[in-house]
Amino acid sequence: MLNWLRRPKYGAVERRDIPPGVWAKCPKCGATVYHRDLVRNLKVCPTCGFHHRLTAEERLAVTVDEGTFEEHDAGVVSGDPLRFEGYADKLREAREKTGAADAVITGLGAVEGSRVALAALDFAFMGGSMGSVVGEKIARIAERAVEHRLPLVVFSASGGARMQEGALSLMQLAKTSAAIARLHEARLPYLSVMCDPTTGGVTASFAFQGDVILAEPGAMIGFAGRRVIEQTIRRKLPDHFQTAEFCLEHGLIDMVVPRPAMRATLGRLLRFFGAPRLPAREAVAAPAGEAPADGGA
Amino acid sequence: MSAILPERDRAAEARAQELEARLAELSREIAGLRRRGEKEQLDVGRLIGDLEARADELRRELLDLRPAWQAVALARHPQRPKAQEIVAALIEEFTELHGDRLFRDDPALLAGVGWFDGRPVVAIAPRKGRDTRENLAFNFGMPYPEGYRKALRAMKLAEKFGYPVLSVVDTPAAYPGDAAEERGQAEAIARNILEMTRLRTPIAVVITGEGGSGGALAVAVGDAVLMLEHAIYTVIPPEGCAAILWRDAGRSREAAAALRLTASDLVALGVVDEIIPEPPGGAHLDPAAAIAAVGEVLRRHLRAAAGVPVETLLQRRYAKYRAMGYHEERA
Repeated sequence: MLNWLRRPKYGAVERRDIPPGVWAKCPKCGATVYHRDLVRNLKVCPTCGFHHRLTAEERLAVTVDEGTFEEHDAGVVSGDPLRFEGYADKLREAREKTGAADAVITGLGAVEGSRVALAALDFAFMGGSMGSVVGEKIARIAERAVEHRLPLVVFSASGGARMQEGALSLMQLAKTSAAIARLHEARLPYLSVMCDPTTGGVTASFAFQGDVILAEPGAMIGFAGRRVIEQTIRRKLPDHFQTAEFCLEHGLIDMVVPRPAMRATLGRLLRFFGAPRLPAREAVAAPAGEAPADGGA
Repeated sequence: MSAILPERDRAAEARAQELEARLAELSREIAGLRRRGEKEQLDVGRLIGDLEARADELRRELLDLRPAWQAVALARHPQRPKAQEIVAALIEEFTELHGDRLFRDDPALLAGVGWFDGRPVVAIAPRKGRDTRENLAFNFGMPYPEGYRKALRAMKLAEKFGYPVLSVVDTPAAYPGDAAEERGQAEAIARNILEMTRLRTPIAVVITGEGGSGGALAVAVGDAVLMLEHAIYTVIPPEGCAAILWRDAGRSREAAAALRLTASDLVALGVVDEIIPEPPGGAHLDPAAAIAAVGEVLRRHLRAAAGVPVETLLQRRYAKYRAMGYHEERA
């Protein structure tokens, strides 16, 4: 678990005609970046500011205080309830390609010293689609937040409901919403962060149910797909349609936060909403044999 | 948690594709005969009649082989009883309410109050039109965010007075347009779903035609979710599913089967509580009987919910949705 937090994999960056792992090419401005520099820059292009997608592992690695993350429900995996043609193979391929069990990682941890329940969706795993597993894990982490009286932070990145699970996927919108409703009734804060892309069923459920909704610059956010809309209205849509900035302008989200400022922004909001604090940093890091001054609580 | 469904009958699909090939062949033969008949001044009427009778036979067999596609066709049948007709027939002294108080009144979603089974109720229903003019006015049954917000306003009214909510659902989808996106289609649906999971009054839902994904669920979370026998309920239309999965919208018939969108599939999956039988051949052949059947089942469910304390109702509703889905657990 801790291993991947220290050594994130770099699968999300596009590499073309470049020896793997050395150089990365920005899909937006075309600049070639020394891969190590890109990672050091949280995978934000140093030339144009383009935010490369992060896997769930990478997202947690750049957000959570080192050594504080404890994963939950890692053993919850997808079945094939509809016996939908090709689904079992797609799941196997996605597991092999990403090394992940499904499209979300959930657990407890701390962000800038505030203890939180966390979830990060993984677009690399079948487009971050929400089937029974994503729905179940989001519901469980929301319930766990209530149980431990912790705020919830969810990073969304999803193409929507997983059609290979049919109406069961659709019902995950209701299941996650019911759990988020209980979180709100327990008067616990819920911060929803929309990353590129957050669309379909995930926007029509937990992603748009946050007390505060944040988004990364340039993230695509919307309910219906761009192509479907263009076919319906028989018109081309402007480039900035359904971007994070477009959503901010239309009053749909609270703020657009560049990745390097995300941790501090979440930290500030969590402190404001009275998140329980970890024992002071010095106390945690105290060398063995030296007791912290007052137990650190 | 939902169970794994039994394997589908793939032999039936193979047979159906064979029939389709033969039907295509027959229609070529009929066209060929017709051309020859005209050219050579021959009387081919009887021959063509025989071939057409054979084609009809094959078409009937084809439908029976594809119950899911048959349901799709029936659910979308233009003469199927409309949600507003069901509301008008079942609810006495119905008074329509308009507007979301924020932007405008969305005619694609009907909301109002009236009497059902001697009790005051609040009714909500996305509505399709009976003809082109109505369909344009009702946006082919596809609500904008303001439609869902009007529905929520009506549901909050029901909650305030403890009246049950009765939702009649027949919508292909939430409207996929730029203005709908700008006004927060996703937010409107997300809010309705969340509020319906905790609305402090009984909710009875009946899916009478198309239950089209999030656009339907935004008015379809309830204590009792019922479905007409030939209605469908799906996460994505079969055409969209085929286009995405196989890049071939022509394979919609297969997608319809794969999606398990029929009433009996949904009962097996635990998504729907009860099937309301339709008159033989479908609700459009005897709308009055179909509407009466809907009324009878709704009456039973609302009477059963009437005596239940709200807290119990909410706990049951939570447990019901919390259990939906299928996953496996590894150590």
